[in-house]
Amino acid sequence: MGEKIVFNHKELDLSVNRLCWQLIENHSDFSDTVLIGLQPRGFRLAQKIHLKLKELTSISDISLGSLDITFFRDDFRRREEPIAPNQTDINFLVEGKNVIFIDDVLYTGRSIRAGMDAINSFGRPKQIELLVLIDRRFSRELPIEPKYVGKTVDAIDTEKVVVEWNQGLDHKGRVSLIRE
Amino acid sequence: MTSLSVNHLVGIKELSKEDIALIFQTADNFKSVINRPIKKVPSLRDITIANLFFENSTRTRLSFELAEKRLSADIVNFSAASSSVKKGETLIDTVNNILAMKVDMVVMRHPNPGAAKFLSEHVDSKIVNAGDGAHEHPTQALLDSYSIREKLGAVEGKKVVIVGDITHSRVALSNIFCLQKQGAEVMVCGPATLIPKYIHELGVKVEHDLRKALEWCDVANMLRIQLERMDVNYFPSLREYTMLYGLDKKFLNSLSKKIVVMHPGPINRGIEITSDVADSDQSIILDQVENGVAVRMAVIYLLAQKIKREA
Repeated sequence: MGEKIVFNHKELDLSVNRLCWQLIENHSDFSDTVLIGLQPRGFRLAQKIHLKLKELTSISDISLGSLDITFFRDDFRRREEPIAPNQTDINFLVEGKNVIFIDDVLYTGRSIRAGMDAINSFGRPKQIELLVLIDRRFSRELPIEPKYVGKTVDAIDTEKVVVEWNQGLDHKGRVSLIRE
Repeated sequence: MTSLSVNHLVGIKELSKEDIALIFQTADNFKSVINRPIKKVPSLRDITIANLFFENSTRTRLSFELAEKRLSADIVNFSAASSSVKKGETLIDTVNNILAMKVDMVVMRHPNPGAAKFLSEHVDSKIVNAGDGAHEHPTQALLDSYSIREKLGAVEGKKVVIVGDITHSRVALSNIFCLQKQGAEVMVCGPATLIPKYIHELGVKVEHDLRKALEWCDVANMLRIQLERMDVNYFPSLREYTMLYGLDKKFLNSLSKKIVVMHPGPINRGIEITSDVADSDQSIILDQVENGVAVRMAVIYLLAQKIKREA
């Protein structure tokens, strides 16, 4: 089993920072924009970005929601182990809004497709953009591309991208590529 | 745990505590789904479900139908009154004929106890028991417990009294199993003629005085008197039953604590409970109905996970 570091904790912070500035550039005051983190891991990143955006813009009421896509997946009854659903928490309507989907790793694109289906239960967004921390290019199975990317990696199917966040002083966040 | 230990929902007796917890967690997700502007998910779009009702039902059938539709399953409905059962066809033949039309799951209500278990052993399909005679009504017990959990935070450690016609009630038996598996204490209360002789062997308390029972409990589940199942007179008159076992607002207010009142429906207003009790803030009867759809969605979703795919 080999391991390769994609981002150390400093690069991870820088990258999240840069993504936030890109969002600010395109969405200025976030009055018509909502952030949606895809459960479970995308929501973690969305929370970080939400916090950072508030810090950078001093806007306190940027909308943030979490979206679970389990019931919209296209692999129901096709997996060995069923997936346990997570909580969806969207307490606002997305009708007419600019929705930013946030996920940690973009792989086949199937989760994002399910997310696009799932978000329609909360209204018809004006547009949906996609932000990912890691884009595994060459692995896409659907015509889905991100607008904001932390880093693009080339990885083969037997490799796995693992995103870890800061957990106290002893465990610093990082992104690594693990070969199984 | 992400999958049920059983392949069919025949009764609560076969479920483990973990199964019940999994159904409730999944139902939490579906409850949020049915409160969205668009109340539907596409999970079961390649699944066909037959609702076979060999006995009358309004609420349960509608609740199952809504649950199935909100999961995007295709459904076919069947009621005994308009079928070949009247022409002498056996249960297995009826069901196998329906399954030959490529049905993946059967939701069945039947007047004979054990019908669902019998079917699960003889046909190649997932079976959900929607009530079999006076035996079990598992989804009703699940939604009752789910509603208690929602109202009081947990089922474990709670005291629940089931009042009324215990003998003829499949809701009572399923509720006893379901509540006990989750660590609740159960009491049954009613006239001696309507309480099975050996019910204490299930580990439930027996009480014939309604006031004592209600002072003991946190939750009272008031059952309907099932006149249609009574072959002889079990009590002198409905009026006497109401006087001894009916719950009115004055009685409810005179108790030393605020208890939760439940009823599986259909309510005979003025017999087991009065209108002002059914519509009071202590009653969670309409929550039970709403939760019924979420819980049935969870049961169907979790069983559908186990249906094998062809190629």
